[in-house]
Amino acid sequence: MDFALNDIQQMLKDSAGKFIHNDYDFETRQKYSHSELGYSEDNWQLFAELGWLALPFAEEFGGLDGNATDLMVLMTELGKGLIVEPYLSTVVLAGNAIQRGGTAEQKEALIGGIVGGELKLAFAGLEAQSATDISSINTQASTAGSGLVLNGKKQVVLHAQSADKLVVAARSHNNNGNIALYLVDANAEGVAAHHYPTNDGARASDLTFTNVAAELLGDSDDAAAVIQAVLNDAIVAVSAEAVGVMDKMLAATVEYTKVRKQFDVPISTFQILQHNMVDMFMECEQARSMLYYAAITIGGGNSEEQVAEANKASQFLKWKVGQAARLVGQTAVQLHGGMGVTDELDVGHMFKRLTMINTLFGSMDIHLDNLVKQRQAA
Amino acid sequence: MNINFSEQELAFQQEVQTFFREKLPESVQAHIDNGLSFSAEVTVAYQKALYNKGWAGINWPVEHGGTGWTPTQKYIFQTESAKAKAPRQIPFGYSMVAPIIYTFGNEEQKQRFLPDILASNTWWCQGYSEPNAGSDLAGLKTRAVRDGDHYIVNGTKTWTTLGHHADWIFCLVRTSDEGSKQKGISFLLIDMTSPGVSVKPIITLDGRREVNEVAFQDVKVPVENLVGEEGRGWTYAKVLLTHERTNIAGVAVSKQRLSALYDLLNQPPAGCPDLKNNSVFMSRVVQVEMELKALEFTDLRVLSSVSTGTAPGPESSILKIKGTEIQQALDELYVEIAGIYALPFVPEQYDEAGYEPRIEPFFAPNAAPHYYNNRKVTIYGGSNEIQKNIIAKQVLGL
Repeated sequence: MDFALNDIQQMLKDSAGKFIHNDYDFETRQKYSHSELGYSEDNWQLFAELGWLALPFAEEFGGLDGNATDLMVLMTELGKGLIVEPYLSTVVLAGNAIQRGGTAEQKEALIGGIVGGELKLAFAGLEAQSATDISSINTQASTAGSGLVLNGKKQVVLHAQSADKLVVAARSHNNNGNIALYLVDANAEGVAAHHYPTNDGARASDLTFTNVAAELLGDSDDAAAVIQAVLNDAIVAVSAEAVGVMDKMLAATVEYTKVRKQFDVPISTFQILQHNMVDMFMECEQARSMLYYAAITIGGGNSEEQVAEANKASQFLKWKVGQAARLVGQTAVQLHGGMGVTDELDVGHMFKRLTMINTLFGSMDIHLDNLVKQRQAA
Repeated sequence: MNINFSEQELAFQQEVQTFFREKLPESVQAHIDNGLSFSAEVTVAYQKALYNKGWAGINWPVEHGGTGWTPTQKYIFQTESAKAKAPRQIPFGYSMVAPIIYTFGNEEQKQRFLPDILASNTWWCQGYSEPNAGSDLAGLKTRAVRDGDHYIVNGTKTWTTLGHHADWIFCLVRTSDEGSKQKGISFLLIDMTSPGVSVKPIITLDGRREVNEVAFQDVKVPVENLVGEEGRGWTYAKVLLTHERTNIAGVAVSKQRLSALYDLLNQPPAGCPDLKNNSVFMSRVVQVEMELKALEFTDLRVLSSVSTGTAPGPESSILKIKGTEIQQALDELYVEIAGIYALPFVPEQYDEAGYEPRIEPFFAPNAAPHYYNNRKVTIYGGSNEIQKNIIAKQVLGL
């Protein structure tokens, strides 16, 4: 048993921590977020140089062969900066799907570009009727001449505005009802996009595909297992980010209550506020523990038993992080008083990000309900 | 990062499983299944079996007959012990007074007391709380006045768990009013058979006698029963509290209880409501399961840092609060699954094996008394509110 960081993890933690501390203060982040691109291209190139974009990919394609625990370490640090760069979309979602599901030729063709920072991707999964259920897909692939085309609509596709290529979940061109993954050029003919900002300072888009030329990702048209594995990693990634955000919010709140005076004393001397902050602290630690459990389990292996345990762990994690984030976020705002609800202070933006993370990849109540149903069926 | 056991640890796990299989009679294991109380005799017999195996002093240093186990070995032992449905070691001798004696006591005290504690020849109880000194423990008033070779002790201790079985009591007593109230406190060992010691039962909400009030009237205690220096008792007690608190979260036992709860849900005994199909109830069960999983990893994080020789991080401070919250959440679920059979009050059927006529389902009438009794866990050992004060001060620096 060992919870210590290995050399690569220590390097990731140090380099990401240093980057956020030195080059990614809140004002800078807001500037990137409000820019036309919505993030910093220079940062993206730096991410490539630092090896972060190589994390989940196999060594033979220029990757670092990292697993969920490595991802956890990096994302916890990046979370503290509320980064707006499209790391989740390019690396954790779409890139990961290519690594897990692509053919050798596709990996050879695409991963080098991702690792080098030249190629950005987005993952188009959900649709209006699917809400958060990735198994509810109407976008249809079909054969057209010697190729394949896609038709359908995708909602709230994260970072599609900056993507060069899209990984799209659609019903198989073999008309067997399977959900398969397809590669599409983001600028291909027939792609119509409506881009918009998100509540947490990033970008997303609604996409319409009309006879868009597509390529099957991998050899199989059944991508269910690949999608589930990608979602498990994504849940680790955003949960790690949330833990980083929560750590920072707790520290900011402790600091603020020590300097904010009312009734002639620092408000940190009031026992009820102290206990509120202890509750925040306990939730931070319980969320971190669940993150360790999930990351170790999800990075564990591919046997049937391990996959079942990984799927359970990602649900546990998403629930726990949702719960902790709500308490930590709301309490941090409350204890900052009026300042907590201003646009000026970073605490409110951390609160916004935590709130949006709960909606991604199934909210806490959705996971809780799924777990209840699984146990009732057992 | 991994949570795998090494080859040696796996071999140790086997050894522990074998021990419980061979040395723990089925009649003892059946206590947990049937909700029977462990009698003092059963508990002592178990403690002696541990002693014969060399496993009585789980946290003790080897030089005093302890196991010298690594934190991971202790974790394995606790887990297997809960799975095997073993009794618990009564902590007052093994993990409360013994560490104070072997850390702060003199040679004579070590030789006089430690072997009998290890062999379970003596039963100890704790004399800390008083009727007017609870959370403000340092406000205690039991007084020990030096008179030649003796102290004369007067005062009252309360909430003395299992004091009616005890041969000895370790007490925090006031030996001075000078300086801060903590400074006047000393650590004294008192023979329960001394003239002037009286033990009065306190009946708790479960209708049972578990705790007592222990009164001292002009009790003569030889000065050689003072541990360490006069006036340092508070420091000794505090060092112990922050020192070795393995298993304080009670994860292994809560896991066992959760697993048994799922068994009841999957096959509800006649008379119990079908709560498996009640999504509201199931949602509470699953939330307890998840909180417990997180707590298990908090526990493992502490264990792992202790194993590698680093001091436990701030996460160790939440073990008591979260652990007791989960224990009480499980108690609530058990009362609910007992249904209408939570009503009968029949403590006899849990105190006497084979008591007839039994009320079935057997576990059900015990659910509410257990729930009532277990309200204590968020109160004792420093109430959870006091724990939060400590975290606020020591961890958050408020």
